[in-house]
Amino acid sequence: MTHSEIDAIIERYENKPSSILAILQDIQTKEKYLPKEALERIGEKLGMPVNKIYRIATFYRALSLTPRGRHEVCVCMGTACHVRGAQRIVDQIKLELGIRPGETTKDRNFTLETVNCLGVCAAGPVVAIDGQYFGKMSPAKVDGTLKKFRSDKKKEGANDKA
Amino acid sequence: MIKLSSPQDLDQYRYQILSHRRPDQPVITVCGGTGCHASGCHAVVDAFKKVLQEKASDNGVALRVTGCHGFCERGPLVVVHPKKIFYQKVKPEDVLEIFEETVLNGKILEGLLYEHPATGKKVVFEEEIPFYQKQKRIIFGNNGSIDPTRIEDYLAVGGYRALAKALFSMKPEEIIREVKKANLRGRGGGGFPAGLKWEQCRNAPGATKYVICNADEGDPGAYMDRSLLEGNPHSVLEGMVIGAYAIGSQEGYIFVRHEYPLALENIGIAIQQARELGLLGRDILGSGFSFDIKISRGGGAFVAGESTALMATIEGNVGEPRAKHIHTVVSGLYDKPTNLNNVETWANVPVIISEGADWYAKIGTEGSKGTKIFSLVGKVNNTGLVEVPMGITLREIVYEIGGGIPDGKRFKAVQTGGPSGGCIPESMIDLPVDFDRLTEVGSMMGSGGMIVMDESTCMVDVAKYFTNFLKDESCGKCTSCREGTKRMHEILTEISEGKGRPEHLDWLEELGWVTMEASLCALGGTAPNPVLSTLKYFRQEYEEHILNKRCPAKVCRALLHYRILPDLCTSCGRCAKACPEKAITGVPKKKKEKGEPFVIDQQKCIQCGMCLETCKFNAVEVQ
Repeated sequence: MTHSEIDAIIERYENKPSSILAILQDIQTKEKYLPKEALERIGEKLGMPVNKIYRIATFYRALSLTPRGRHEVCVCMGTACHVRGAQRIVDQIKLELGIRPGETTKDRNFTLETVNCLGVCAAGPVVAIDGQYFGKMSPAKVDGTLKKFRSDKKKEGANDKA
Repeated sequence: MIKLSSPQDLDQYRYQILSHRRPDQPVITVCGGTGCHASGCHAVVDAFKKVLQEKASDNGVALRVTGCHGFCERGPLVVVHPKKIFYQKVKPEDVLEIFEETVLNGKILEGLLYEHPATGKKVVFEEEIPFYQKQKRIIFGNNGSIDPTRIEDYLAVGGYRALAKALFSMKPEEIIREVKKANLRGRGGGGFPAGLKWEQCRNAPGATKYVICNADEGDPGAYMDRSLLEGNPHSVLEGMVIGAYAIGSQEGYIFVRHEYPLALENIGIAIQQARELGLLGRDILGSGFSFDIKISRGGGAFVAGESTALMATIEGNVGEPRAKHIHTVVSGLYDKPTNLNNVETWANVPVIISEGADWYAKIGTEGSKGTKIFSLVGKVNNTGLVEVPMGITLREIVYEIGGGIPDGKRFKAVQTGGPSGGCIPESMIDLPVDFDRLTEVGSMMGSGGMIVMDESTCMVDVAKYFTNFLKDESCGKCTSCREGTKRMHEILTEISEGKGRPEHLDWLEELGWVTMEASLCALGGTAPNPVLSTLKYFRQEYEEHILNKRCPAKVCRALLHYRILPDLCTSCGRCAKACPEKAITGVPKKKKEKGEPFVIDQQKCIQCGMCLETCKFNAVEVQ
């Protein structure tokens, strides 16, 4: 990310230090993480110590200091999903991808995350991949759902979506 | 778009919108709520668009994607107007038939109707379905009929009429009096009287005052605020503008959690449209009153939904709560008087102003007036959002609206109030639901999550789940909360792994008490509720884990044993293929040979339960 790109985002929020969270979120969306250089540049532009920015960057779950995968697999751990077996869904995805929540696969295709509630409680257990919701999940459905997002099966996935 | 500069302009514009609408016009509405999204409504919408494009160029059939209807269990939902024929579980391949048979010829498709679970009779209209019959949808009712991205739809159902009434025929003090008389209590958790809060904020010294809508709906298992913001954002805006006028505020914020992208989008569109029409911004409806709203996006921290933490986040600081020796109505956002209410509370305001406090106060109980939207989820047949009058019993909600427990299982408890709430046992199922009664039994209203649990839900596991949640979400400022939730979670984990000791139960009670007493904000102050309420009502289940190393609900993995029953095993080998640890062996059957029953190697078994799930012959037993 170039300095001018970062500056453009900061200017969108009128160079206001109070918009720090929104600025970091926009960079996160674009880069899928917060590069160190970006944090330093923001500090320079807003006149904010980098340690304060770092504190915010590590406080919120939506922000990450390490690069994320192309697809974000979000398993809902809300109460409604929990009583319907969300833990077993996470366990199954952990087995299939070989990573723990918060980690990214070696090929950088998947990042696994758990969230406290996606707000789709009626359809639980719910998994969201790149914002697309998959309701009434079961451990047996995990493989088929992930398949749609495996890089080598991209085309196939698009076809069986319907 | 024209700018409305008087209440007459507003009436005229509404009249103009309505005059373009024929009551007999065929309109297909598809529920676009998140629940229906999870069951594939976008494909249904696309299919309708395609059919309409191909077949209905000039017969005036309209398609409307609405907000959440509430009956998420049966999605995707489609309603065909003007007759309001209600179809459920609609698939893209049903679309052409719906169009040709129902829309064009008025024929009802039996296969897509809801079937009454008791009588087996097909139900044609939404209001005749038992799920809706006991509800009173004064806040949520318009969700199913309006397109949230079109302000015209909201105006057509009488939207912004309450705002005109408030601005032109009521003084700010009168509005506050009306809200106090209606006894509107905050729907976000605490149940503090909204009118009183408004009054304190109005009377606080200082010219700059802020109004905030808390849409950081963090309680797991609750999603009514999401559905209101997504499905009827203008009702929330209208409530905020009325509140701002009563309080004397010119600037407001809506704080939306980032997990709700559609809510963010729809409220953004709504603000833009309201501004363009002159219902928000400078000189609203020519009244001389100005008020504008900014959107602030959360960052995925549960504690940031606490009022002082939320304000810190808007200011660009880390979302940690502060002590409230001075209330936020006196010194809140940027140290200015600030009034914060949640989404559902704001959405109640226009109803109170247009219908009057007397009408409103007739609904509900002595101390809790009006309705409450609950998300009825978990182990219940009809999951979804339900709006009921305060004072309705849990039994009515779970059995009559919710249709009881699936698979013939036994009801065990209802969890209300999110991580701050508690579990209410079966013996209290006739409890009338309102703010005070729920608190009396050791739970709370919270934001309205209602998670039904059956015999296969383990209460130790539920307590462990919530303490895990709270230890992660505790901001760490108070030692009692940071360490208390962590230690409680450690003890509960030991109990669930069969390492529990009898004294653990006393420790949990003591830790709970200290955490509650010594923490600054409500997160720590209520954090032990899930532990203490389950200990109080389900102590036996804890003792079973500790003394007999058994989990009666068969949830705690470390205490389970899986076994294949040789008599029932058909040697199909499906379980062996599914087993991630390759712990199952046997001789699979071939065309003519019978094969031999499969066996689980207990040393290798990780109790994942895949064998139980894949076996089609009920040959896997768990103990």
